[in-house]
Amino acid sequence: MLTGKTAIVTGGSRGIGRSIALELAKNGANIVVNYAGSEAKAQSVVEEIEKLGVKAFKVQADVADEQQVKEMVKATVDTFGSVDILVNNAGITRDNLLMRMKETEFDQVINTNLKGVFMCTKSVTRQMMKQRSGRIINVASIVGVSGNPGQANYVAAKAGVIGLTKTTAKELASRNILVNAIAPGFISTDMTDQLTTEQRDSMLSLIPLAKLGEPEDVAKVVRFLASDDANYITGQTIHIDGGMVM
Amino acid sequence: MADVFDRVKEIIVDKLDVEESKVTMEASFKDDLEADSLDVVELVMELEDEFDMEIADEEAEKINTVGDAVNYINNLQG
Repeated sequence: MLTGKTAIVTGGSRGIGRSIALELAKNGANIVVNYAGSEAKAQSVVEEIEKLGVKAFKVQADVADEQQVKEMVKATVDTFGSVDILVNNAGITRDNLLMRMKETEFDQVINTNLKGVFMCTKSVTRQMMKQRSGRIINVASIVGVSGNPGQANYVAAKAGVIGLTKTTAKELASRNILVNAIAPGFISTDMTDQLTTEQRDSMLSLIPLAKLGEPEDVAKVVRFLASDDANYITGQTIHIDGGMVM
Repeated sequence: MADVFDRVKEIIVDKLDVEESKVTMEASFKDDLEADSLDVVELVMELEDEFDMEIADEEAEKINTVGDAVNYINNLQG
């Protein structure tokens, strides 16, 4: 399905990013696993991918650092000859009530989760324009659509990503670069494991399908958006949330 | 000088699909050669590759005519 394609997955060492990297690899894509700090985990994802019979390497880069991102994209093109798919997945949380949120907590989250998407998108666009094809899939969040108490920074960043997705989709459509966002809901990862039982229960009561999603549920949608089956979809935000927000 | 102009012209004719005769030093990319903003960005990328150089965004924004591009490249190479 994706044989011969090259994908960069930011924040690919853990959680949803790891599942996305593996799912794209299963479908034949070569993968660049970007990570910020978890080198050992990134390495194990690379090894798992190689067992699937495709190529992969890991790159440490801060997605909000233009120079580091440029070097990552260059390494990708030098190694695989193209960048066909970019999955902007890297993200952090610094949850706090608005009234208690420090400026640094706000800035850090905006920097990684929003500016990081801008930087990575800008850097791959040059290559994708030359190729006259490309897919960019931005991992937003359902809270970027609905809002969520205690996550002013995260929600602002994710809502920003959805807006950025629409603009990028419009700017690059003429070059056959398709840009979509996904908005996962309550997915079982390290990030959601940190929630208290009460937070968990109250969220479950809001989900019509009454269960958490799995990282694979998200990864399969990304695989679809990256494939030729999604040739006529751009600028959209696909909710993967068990019906939580309609 | 002619050499740079000819190489630039070749890229413009290829990328923008325009008649060679329309590509003069005075020609404006947007007004005379029917390029949109993204076409100009793409042209600058092509020029960077062709002449093996990097044009900073602030400089690229000043390139409006064929002559701007040719002069920029000549100054850099001179």
